Amino acid sequence: MSYTLGQEQLDGIENVLQQDLIDIGVSCVFLIDMAGNIIANRDNGESQHDVYSLAALAAGNFGAVSAMAKIIGEGEFSLLFHKGVKENIHFNKIVSDFLMITIFSNDISLGFLRLKVNEAVEKIKTALGAIEVP
Amino acid sequence: MAFVNPKKKEVQVKIVYYGPGRGGKTTNLEYVYDKFSSRIKTEMVTIKTHGDRTLFFDFLPFDIGKVNGYDVKIQLYTVPGQVKYNATRRLVLRGVDGMVFVADAMAVRREKNILSLKNLQENLANYKRSIFKVPMVLQYNKVDLAEQGIPILPVETLEQDLNSKLKTASFPASALMGTNVVATLKKIISLTMASIVKDLK
Repeated sequence: MSYTLGQEQLDGIENVLQQDLIDIGVSCVFLIDMAGNIIANRDNGESQHDVYSLAALAAGNFGAVSAMAKIIGEGEFSLLFHKGVKENIHFNKIVSDFLMITIFSNDISLGFLRLKVNEAVEKIKTALGAIEVP
Repeated sequence: MAFVNPKKKEVQVKIVYYGPGRGGKTTNLEYVYDKFSSRIKTEMVTIKTHGDRTLFFDFLPFDIGKVNGYDVKIQLYTVPGQVKYNATRRLVLRGVDGMVFVADAMAVRREKNILSLKNLQENLANYKRSIFKVPMVLQYNKVDLAEQGIPILPVETLEQDLNSKLKTASFPASALMGTNVVATLKKIISLTMASIVKDLK
């Protein structure tokens, strides 16, 4: 069994990732599903990250944090952020089956990034429509 | 679930190695990583304890070329085998497309194999998946230990214990020596691809 998105949906999502995030200075952004598959990704042409490994780890990390949330009586932590010296990672859940992961340097403030991520998430929700991962 | 990307003409497939602790799941992946190093562009990812036991999972992505014009990206995962890590094991199973169950052929591990297979069935059921519907291959690992005088379960016993209902392909193997590691992998890839090839138009 498998699932897919249409060419137009993927074009729409990639445009959002490019215009709302890469164009403001984010180094790398990708949309994944909870199994760790990459749905769409964009980067600034300079980042050389192994996105497939990152996607697998990000899905696992988010899953682990969700399981922790349930243990302490929270439905979920919908937002995760890891701070590094030069690069930072921001995770944002999109509907129940997808995650957007943004890698950005300290040149962008977290507040501004969150604002732009929220805008992008709303657009991506619209682009995804009523898709359900089987 | 495999994700088909019509824009990139690419499909990503998730294959999980499951089985009791110290059964050889990570060793399978290490052998594959070593054997196909020319084809694997990235490093194998492992999250393990200080004692070298798998804590979360191992991850190894590699390309097998094109099927119906689609680039096929196989993503191999292992789960932690130890009983106490069931929560993380369940997470890794999310969206699985194909399974390799690595059983430990040592006679002393007979019970652990049966319990692990039952645990797999329960964890798949948690995602509303049936163990009988997910493509699966069995591997009876460590058969080489017989040469060192270590009691090994006969294949018939392993088949009776683990494969009497599944009735799927099985391979006696030695992950350490590499015996039947590639045969196991080829079989699960072909079974898994057969289950999704109709979606690659």
